[in-house]
Amino acid sequence: MKAGVGAPGRAQIPERTLRTDRWRIYPLTTGAILLFFIAYATVRIFMNKWYWAPEEHYLTPIYSPCLSESCVPGSSHFGTPLPEIPWFLPMAIITFVVLAGFRGTCYYYRKAGYRSLFMAPAACAVPEPHKKYTGESKFPLVLLNAHRYFFYGALVFAAINVYDAVLAFQGKDGGFGMGLGTVIILINLVMLTAYTLSCHACRHIVGGRLKNFSKHPLRYRYWTFVSKLNARHGQYAMISLFTVILTDAYIMAVSAGWITDLRIFN
Amino acid sequence: MVQVQVERFPYDVVVIGAGGAGLRAAIEAREQGKRTAIVSKSLFGKAHTVMAEGGCAASMGNVNAKDNWQVHFRDTMRGGKFLNNWRMAELHAKEAPDRVWELETYGALFDRTKDGKISQRNFGGHTYPRLAHVGDRTGLEMIRTMQQKIVSLQQEDFEEYGDYEAMLKVFPECTVTELIKDNDRIAGAFAYWRDSGKFILFETPAIVLATGGIGKSFKVTSNSWEYTGDGHALALRAGATLINMEFVQFHPTGMVWPPSVKGILVTEGVRGDGGVLKNSTGERFMFGYIPDVFKGQYAETEQEADGWYNDQDNHRRTPDLLPRDEVARAINTEVKEGRGSPHGGVFLDIASRLPAEEIRRRLPSMYHQFKELADVDITAQPMEVGPTCHYVMGGVEVDPDTASSVVPGLFAAGEVAGGMHGSNRLGGNSLSDLIVFGRRAGLGAAQYLDSLDQRPKISESDVDAAAHRAVAPFDWPSEGQAENPYTIHAELQQSMNDLVGIIRKEEEVQQALDKLAELKERARFVAVEGRREFNPGWHLCLDLRNMLLVSECVAKAALMRTESRGGHTRDDYPAMDNRWRNKLLVCSSDEHGTSAEVVEKPQEPMRSDLLELFELAELEKYFTDEELAQHPGRVAQ
Amino acid sequence: MSYKANFKIWRGDDTSGELHDFIVEVNEGEVVLDIIHRLQATQAPDLAVRWNCKAGKCGSCSAEINGKPRLLCMTRMSVFTEEETVTVTPLRTFPVVRDLVTDVSYNYQKAREVPSFAPPKELGLGEYRMKQQDVERSQEFRKCIECFLCQNTCHVIRDHEENKENFSGPRFLMRVAELEMHPLDTEDRVREAQDEHGLGYCNITKCCTEVCPEHIKITDNALIPMKERVADRKYDPIVWLGNQLFRRGSKR
Repeated sequence: MKAGVGAPGRAQIPERTLRTDRWRIYPLTTGAILLFFIAYATVRIFMNKWYWAPEEHYLTPIYSPCLSESCVPGSSHFGTPLPEIPWFLPMAIITFVVLAGFRGTCYYYRKAGYRSLFMAPAACAVPEPHKKYTGESKFPLVLLNAHRYFFYGALVFAAINVYDAVLAFQGKDGGFGMGLGTVIILINLVMLTAYTLSCHACRHIVGGRLKNFSKHPLRYRYWTFVSKLNARHGQYAMISLFTVILTDAYIMAVSAGWITDLRIFN
Repeated sequence: MVQVQVERFPYDVVVIGAGGAGLRAAIEAREQGKRTAIVSKSLFGKAHTVMAEGGCAASMGNVNAKDNWQVHFRDTMRGGKFLNNWRMAELHAKEAPDRVWELETYGALFDRTKDGKISQRNFGGHTYPRLAHVGDRTGLEMIRTMQQKIVSLQQEDFEEYGDYEAMLKVFPECTVTELIKDNDRIAGAFAYWRDSGKFILFETPAIVLATGGIGKSFKVTSNSWEYTGDGHALALRAGATLINMEFVQFHPTGMVWPPSVKGILVTEGVRGDGGVLKNSTGERFMFGYIPDVFKGQYAETEQEADGWYNDQDNHRRTPDLLPRDEVARAINTEVKEGRGSPHGGVFLDIASRLPAEEIRRRLPSMYHQFKELADVDITAQPMEVGPTCHYVMGGVEVDPDTASSVVPGLFAAGEVAGGMHGSNRLGGNSLSDLIVFGRRAGLGAAQYLDSLDQRPKISESDVDAAAHRAVAPFDWPSEGQAENPYTIHAELQQSMNDLVGIIRKEEEVQQALDKLAELKERARFVAVEGRREFNPGWHLCLDLRNMLLVSECVAKAALMRTESRGGHTRDDYPAMDNRWRNKLLVCSSDEHGTSAEVVEKPQEPMRSDLLELFELAELEKYFTDEELAQHPGRVAQ
Repeated sequence: MSYKANFKIWRGDDTSGELHDFIVEVNEGEVVLDIIHRLQATQAPDLAVRWNCKAGKCGSCSAEINGKPRLLCMTRMSVFTEEETVTVTPLRTFPVVRDLVTDVSYNYQKAREVPSFAPPKELGLGEYRMKQQDVERSQEFRKCIECFLCQNTCHVIRDHEENKENFSGPRFLMRVAELEMHPLDTEDRVREAQDEHGLGYCNITKCCTEVCPEHIKITDNALIPMKERVADRKYDPIVWLGNQLFRRGSKR
């Protein structure tokens, strides 16, 4: 061992790490969750069906907004400006790129991914297996600096999700109504919004970039608010991951007719 | 055989000690164009100053506009029971605000008032909110600020000379063991690198001592291992004199439990921000301990005391904020009379007085300190506190304006200098002392250099002798028992703590002197194993010499002063005696530091314009009638 | 309440060394540094350890305890079971001097490379006005006690000696952030954070924050905001265009 902790001049200790606690748990569990989500999302976006429950007016966030002429009737809340999408491409490609991009460039997911999938490092004071390391200073990882653009995109999609949620309050017989699906959509919406607004790029944009808060009292208040949310950004990131899967799986199951939506009111 | 290889470094000014005073002196010397070295026993930026929590006193008047240097001067003199060197107290009070503002230009970020000025907090003995602070980590802010200022000066030098260290170099983890003189003047300093054990010699005409205090001679102390009285001992052996060594400040609030952290400081800021002392019966006992000299200046009811935090114009301050010596004695009495807390202290309660969030915001490091070291949540439970050795008022006798000792070329600033604080230092006056007199010492050294027509020379035999003495602990005694330095140190701490501690008696101090004589004899046989590379046992042997010599000064002076005043309390002479007020006890030794002598010397009378800043009635509590004969109040009668 | 604990302590120098076994008394309320001191006084008088305040305020006694970077004086023995062997080694990112003492001069070199506070020339003594909310961000970073645990744990240099040249480490990237957020600092420090101090090497895995004994949120409050400022300057054409059109840069 000549590199890293074995470099000449440093204390010669044969063990790579002397940590005795269970440091493997975080990378293993996080890695498993991330891989599961990647697998689920991949399968799901290529399905190109069961994304719209017409009677209940539920649209899964993974396919929202549905903008192409391939969309099933009723699911296109914003018209169909796009032509038919060939079968081998996901219909929700724009949604997918923006949302995956937002999470993929997110500071929290970067930590989670580097630690669990790339072991750079797997845990603190545990040597990483890589010979060379340049971090995010070179292509392609330097592209992660584009996080804020995905954040802008995610804001637009969050607004669309609000619209979707409002539509989910339509009753089966018209008028007002709600079911278990509506509740799930609402919970997901809250978590997604919390995750989006607590983003580090958001914190920077609303006020963090200022040198003198005292000259911008309003933005200071926004910044203080976002900072509070930001302290839990990692939690929102993981919780919203599960709520998205739950929402999508529920709507898929209702849409496919595997289960019947539990109606609370009309 | 002695390895006589000695690296040599010529400098204009060598500052020993890298705490607040040392760094400020070095900044000044370098800005005066002198090539300056800073020698530090620790890494750069680790100095004991980082432990200072509460703040830095300066009468900027940001919070209460009535504050000015005269009020600060009066508070300082009162706190020191009028034994202070009045000229130092005057310079200190006048210059402190500028020195604090200067730190801002170096990049310091003090807590702010609403209108963006430096915020100031209340502290024991200060009439108005006066302490510039950053939460409860003010000392850290000051060290970091001056450390960064030094880096900034080094960057300027890099621009000019292509070498960061061309004009100002830090020698970290390097201990000075001897000062070397050319006849009566300073010529250099002999030192060793702690990591390699190799020797170095500084060839320099001017040395600024800024080595801090002596607390490591006491068992329960808030001081770190560095506080072994090095500067005090170096000065003595170089022929300089120490004054006021009998005055040792015991901070009233140190942690008392668990045993391993006993002595660690609990900032006075806890009381400044509303914390109160209570005994085991829940009584706020300080109301019973207001001494006659402070009667009328402090609140007499809890209601009035509580009103003071918000309305200082119509209330008198709480006696919890009496000067430190008074509070420490009061706690001592409460514990002795059986009203102490379970672990032998008293309760300091802030939990019931401020909301938890506010406590965490104002006193973050106290919160963490108790949480992590004692498992106590100070937002929910009271702390247990008791007196801990904190500061020595005594130190090198210096000229107030130039910080020069009686030895030409030897300067002293900060805790190692004596006189400024008299018999008791007010909280917050230490940090301001560092920057006021640190700067003056740097300036004094620079002026001394300018007046010098010839650089002093170092004789080779002095260097050899110094090297010889430094490696002596590696020679195991051929006869008799080798002594373990850790054992001698522990015995010294125990006897100083028990016999020359917060309350003193003639027999006990005499016992301590006997013990010191025994330890000094045994210390001749200390021996260590191992090599010279980073060998803590060896380091302790060399520090031990200093501690023993300085402890002797403390004990001898404590025996001579037959009164109680400030940081010196004699059980057998419990009252303050005005005839002692203008007497200084001066300590000196021979060049090997074999033993210390203490003699009396009269203090210079206070300049009349300063004397007139006080009411005659107050002066009468401290001064003898003869001394006040010329006071205008008396003349008018 | 006292018991005998098993300790393994690394002893050696820059050429060789190994873990030595010790059995030593532990009393209630003690921290690991107390045990090291007991070893010095009773079993190993020349055991080298760097320490100062023993109160978590000076940041001298950094080491690795059971593989985790920690302060010896702030690690209470009560976090271990009585049966557990406590392993203490020096920091593993810096060259060792002897036993538990390492050569941390890398950090002082990096400190020198950060341009110092650039004060506003027009303001004299006592004329500085700053609002509390404007100084708070930098004040958090100034809580740093320079224990260098963050530097030690950062894999960029811990695992890649060659990166030491181009990477200043979390402590000094935070110093850049501190000055960048100082309300009166007149210098622009954004580009140099990326180009001179290697901010791009940071992959925000947050180990610096995890080990910080002062609980400074180094990653969230210093490094990521700096990355965002770098993005403003180097990777965000819209901000760049906005600054060009509306001269917002000067009003910040």
